[in-house]
Amino acid sequence: MQRDQTGDRSRESGVEGSNAADAHLPSPVSRLPSSLRPGFWFALPALAVIAAFFVVPVAAALLLSFTDFDIYAIADVRTLRLTWGANYVRLIHDPRFWTALKNTAYFVVVGGPLSVATSLAAAMLLNTRMLRFKGFFRTVFFLPVVTTLVAVAVVWRYLYHPRFGLLNYGLAWLGFQPVDWLGDPRWAMPAIILMAVWKNFGFNMIILIAGLQSIPERYYEAARLDGAGGARQFRYITLPLLAPTFFFVTIMTMIGYFQLFAEPYVMTQGGPADATLSLVLLMYEEGFRWWNLGFATAVAFALFAIILTATLLQFGVSRLRAQPGG
Amino acid sequence: MKRALQTTLLYGLLCVGVVLTLLPLLWMVSASLMPSGEANAIPPRLLPSHVTFEHYRDLFTRLNLGRYTLNSVYLATTITSIAVLLNAMAGYAFAKLPFRGRDRTFQLLLAALVIPGQVSTLPLFLMLKGFGLVNTYWGVVIPGMASIFGIFLVRQYAQSIPDSILDAARIDGAGELRIFRSFVLVLCLPVLVTLGIFTFLGVWNDFLWPLIVLTDRDLYTLPVALANLVGEHVQDTELMMAGAVLTVLPVLVLFVALQRYYLAGIMAGSVKE
Repeated sequence: MQRDQTGDRSRESGVEGSNAADAHLPSPVSRLPSSLRPGFWFALPALAVIAAFFVVPVAAALLLSFTDFDIYAIADVRTLRLTWGANYVRLIHDPRFWTALKNTAYFVVVGGPLSVATSLAAAMLLNTRMLRFKGFFRTVFFLPVVTTLVAVAVVWRYLYHPRFGLLNYGLAWLGFQPVDWLGDPRWAMPAIILMAVWKNFGFNMIILIAGLQSIPERYYEAARLDGAGGARQFRYITLPLLAPTFFFVTIMTMIGYFQLFAEPYVMTQGGPADATLSLVLLMYEEGFRWWNLGFATAVAFALFAIILTATLLQFGVSRLRAQPGG
Repeated sequence: MKRALQTTLLYGLLCVGVVLTLLPLLWMVSASLMPSGEANAIPPRLLPSHVTFEHYRDLFTRLNLGRYTLNSVYLATTITSIAVLLNAMAGYAFAKLPFRGRDRTFQLLLAALVIPGQVSTLPLFLMLKGFGLVNTYWGVVIPGMASIFGIFLVRQYAQSIPDSILDAARIDGAGELRIFRSFVLVLCLPVLVTLGIFTFLGVWNDFLWPLIVLTDRDLYTLPVALANLVGEHVQDTELMMAGAVLTVLPVLVLFVALQRYYLAGIMAGSVKE
């Protein structure tokens, strides 16, 4: 806003502009006549796409969640009725919503930390100074990240096969009983978590490696001179200095894991006995299988509210920790 | 002595990690080359008794996977070209070309990043249905034409373009479009390659949206077709694995070839402060 005004004023004093205006002008473009202001036109196409196909639908979703929009409304919009909070009341009384919430929370609370811990372990191994073939190891660990989820979910389904699967074969070799990974309600979610960790750990690993590399080597040298061992170096140097990166990685992983969908869709269809039904899967089923779009958008907004709350909580916790003596 | 032990332990752990990471992918390739039935043997086989390409032939002749591959390639290239251009223009404007309300708009965009994409899915579907775009390629292309992340990525990079270059061009009488084409696009090439790979991989791997929008079989992308095949040919393990290889291989090759740009993009995206 302010920049525009200075731009307009300097226009009056010619293209060269006054020195006073120059001081806080980010670029001479703002000295162009306002009718030419090219920045707006450059940004317009992308902003229009985002406004029309993201902002408007999000606002519409909020409105839809207060209506009984269903398959009849798709055929004839006039049957649409405003029902205010009815969808949200129904949500609270729907046992499948609570099942989906519990399963999603299980995936986030167990799978999230497991993923980040695996990423951190891999990052620390790869950050060892004397290690050779770093690029090779890094590339290999990153490969699952770029693979197509649907395709690798198909592969893992076979690895988890109770009779023919490699996983049970390996477990039998170690002396364990076979497990019906995707058929047993107790094991289906752990199986999905295991696959998710395999698929995702490489992503956070890259970010954590960058974080580790930004810690000055002289801190470790000083600690070694003082006789601190590996564990204490990790506790008193690595962890505190890695904290910002670690925090970023944790938040992003949490937000991503709340949106669990394709894994259960392809591997279990939410089963057995709804043991892997996630919130997004519930939204998909309600919306695109039963066409209860009003109810489905209420599920979507409940998910959004949960993610937002969890994110703010994380920020709160990290701020408390950052305070001295906290 | 202690040093030698540590080194052995380090490489030992890393090798175990490499085996565990690669095993599902290698088994996928190996099983796709096995004669029918061999992937469901007891004890499980790691390698085919003899290599056969019959399943790949099946996929292309009987199951029309060539069509789905072309659909995926077409959609990924179209969206990538449009998205890179639009995000580059907007990212450059947000970095270098002031306009009214620019900074506030950018802050709003960043705040909108916390909204999960699924929230917009259902109304977006109704909107596109209203425009008659459901079950067309455009239904997939249009929502992907610009992204907040893409604008953010380009903006970060474009801020490092020296103003003097742009000014010099302006003094020489070059128009803004000309400057964008001849200087900005060239100077931002690394980040545009990064953005291009991100977009391409994202579109190629996307599942939820094409699943919703494309109902006509002939328009299916590879992941949707594969998920559909699983429903129909679940017993045919080797065939499924061939389909999985076909879906995954192009993105793996693309990543290995251009990983420098891809990894740089992740780091840039994570340094928000």
